[in-house]
Amino acid sequence: MPKQINVALIGNPNTGKTSVFNHLTGLNQQVGNYPGITVEKKEGICKLPRGLKAHIIDLPGTYSLNASSLDENLVIELLLNKNDKDYPDVAVVVSDVENLKRNLLLFTQIKDLGIPTILAVNMADRMERKGISLEIELLEKRLKTKIALVSARKKTGIENLKELITQYGTISTEPCVNSSSIDPTYFDRLRKAFPNQSLYKLWLVITQDVNFGNLNRNKIEHTNGFSPKKKSDLKRLQQKETIVRYQFINGILKEAMTVDVNAAKDLRSRLDRILTHKIWGYVIFFSIMLLIFQAIYDWSSYPMDFIDNTFASLSEWIKTSLPPGVFTNLISEGIIPGLGGIVIFIPQIAFLFFFISLLEESGYMSRVVFLMDRIMRRFGLSGKSVVPLVSGTACAIPAVMATRNIEDWKERLITILVVPFTTCSARLPVYLIIIALVIPDERFLGVFNLQGITLMLLYLLGFGMSVFSAWILNKILKIKSKTYFVIEMPDYKLPMLKNVGINVVEKTKSFVFGAGKIILAISIILWVLASYGPTDDFDNAEEIVTERYGENLAPKDFENQVASVKLENSYIGLMGKGIEPIVQPLGYDWKIGIAIVSSFAAREVFVGTLATIYSVGSGEEKTIKNRMAAEVNPILGGPLFNFASGISLLLFYAFAMQCMSTLAIVKKETNSWKWPILQLVIMTGIAYVAALAAFQFLK
Amino acid sequence: MTIADLKRGQRGIIKTFENDNVPLKLLEMGCLPGNEVELVQIAPFKDPLYLNINGSHLAIRRDTAMQIEIEVVK
Repeated sequence: MPKQINVALIGNPNTGKTSVFNHLTGLNQQVGNYPGITVEKKEGICKLPRGLKAHIIDLPGTYSLNASSLDENLVIELLLNKNDKDYPDVAVVVSDVENLKRNLLLFTQIKDLGIPTILAVNMADRMERKGISLEIELLEKRLKTKIALVSARKKTGIENLKELITQYGTISTEPCVNSSSIDPTYFDRLRKAFPNQSLYKLWLVITQDVNFGNLNRNKIEHTNGFSPKKKSDLKRLQQKETIVRYQFINGILKEAMTVDVNAAKDLRSRLDRILTHKIWGYVIFFSIMLLIFQAIYDWSSYPMDFIDNTFASLSEWIKTSLPPGVFTNLISEGIIPGLGGIVIFIPQIAFLFFFISLLEESGYMSRVVFLMDRIMRRFGLSGKSVVPLVSGTACAIPAVMATRNIEDWKERLITILVVPFTTCSARLPVYLIIIALVIPDERFLGVFNLQGITLMLLYLLGFGMSVFSAWILNKILKIKSKTYFVIEMPDYKLPMLKNVGINVVEKTKSFVFGAGKIILAISIILWVLASYGPTDDFDNAEEIVTERYGENLAPKDFENQVASVKLENSYIGLMGKGIEPIVQPLGYDWKIGIAIVSSFAAREVFVGTLATIYSVGSGEEKTIKNRMAAEVNPILGGPLFNFASGISLLLFYAFAMQCMSTLAIVKKETNSWKWPILQLVIMTGIAYVAALAAFQFLK
Repeated sequence: MTIADLKRGQRGIIKTFENDNVPLKLLEMGCLPGNEVELVQIAPFKDPLYLNINGSHLAIRRDTAMQIEIEVVK
């Protein structure tokens, strides 16, 4: 017997399969992607009795082996390919006791593949309350397997399951259902053409169109003496197969399972009556969203400030304690702030995924999808796009990650593409300072503050733009996708904190190590561009300032002036000047140009960059604001920041794709540079046109 | 009469359906001829529909529901 065996965990969604996985592996697990696609691959190691070890794969949830998504395809490909290094020695089908009938459909299919298959009946602790009783021995005999009653919630039965896994060699590999009975002549011909292959495997290769080894659908259907069937006939046969399997299952359950129909099941209906109500449903949903939004936005500001300050003082500390030089500067001005730029997103991501896991674990998410599907469908989105769009108001990065719940690739892609239009928190500092400059602090109709209304309009504009572009994308994108929609409405459950915790840790880790690398690289590049210049003026900044202002400047002011001259002559400064002709029609000068260029790393850099350029060291907004208000437009005269250029800037920041981190995560989630580059070009194009039109119209 | 014609709380027995228009997934989730279906809830704007088919709770869009013939249980 080998020391380590491969175990595949398979099951319907919402059966608690992942909880069982978490119990078996603990934190001894890792989440990656399957090569080339963005389906999550979860695997872990589990210690079994008698020194044996199991390598466990948590396969994506599926209702059957008839694949309709990328995730489900994966399950079949693994189970059909004996040469795969992950090919299971034993499969564990995790089922939910309340939906045993439906869960057994998948079980009978796996069993027919000739893999030793154990049935784990989860949520066994709910049996009594739901009035369900099972005759395990009879079930084991009829299903030709071993059954473990487990409760992931109460943590019972897990040891028994481990014991059964070690004894996998004793489990019968005989099939339960004779699938060839659905069309004996067809299967007979199949048997004659491929005497050495399992009939059910051949059938799956034909109907699922997957390749394994040297067998594929084409090869089978073009073998001598074998006449292929039409697609619609095959589908009819698949339906027949499903019906035959259900007949088998119904027969067994009639004997082995009794359900007391009067047992309590009104928690579901009572909650459903409120949560999917045509008025209350929306009220509750929006209240929950408000709470989540508040949490991500408000609560995470404390840890974010802390992180910000910690990294700032770390930079300062390194600067003072290491000998001065390029290397010290690279660490203190490039790498440390770069790392800070990654770590600072952790609170928002962790909070968001904490709430999303709570909503999913409790079963509420399916109700939201149910409520919102009709409305979202008008725009080419799905009910499942709501959560990413709302969380985009905090930050587009976790929002893009949250689209993983959307199974339909087209709907998911559209959601990913339009999410960055929603007003994220990084736009807020930019909005606030520009609004303060160009919108009068007056009341409209005596009640509404004009500045407040402008801010609200900007949020609405963000939402409106994402929905509108979704509608356009839906018309343009020619992606074949499922035209139907089936979603399970699971029973309400109290979320298990262990699952929520593991999910939060996994998602955060995947952000830090995935997108983090790119953010770090970009910040180092930006640092280099801002710290070096090609001309003598850059190197002689001190002399230039002394020449301009004499010797009498206070040390603080002197440093600020030097920094300003250096920035002006650095590579990034020259880029700002270089793009001046492009930004002039929008009403900006080269200084705003620099701020915009550096904003492409992250929008919030805008205010900081302007602060440096206008030589305001302390970062007090009031002073920046005053300096900005005093700037004169070099060509048109008059204040640089007036109503026209202000609105133009606001529109530019509302639409432009100025966030390297978002581009990095979109690249990761779509597994291609095509979509983030399109996003960058199109969004920035829209921003430019909108800003141009606004300035030219208003000036 | 189809599932889409049911009123909230009403039940029916699934008769037949236009084979090619109903996704296999729905069959696999228990939507088979002979099974009982109850309309649990209708979403605002009358779509999707929340069903209980033989103990399996699921939601489908109205256009799919219109493909599934039923006989109402009084």
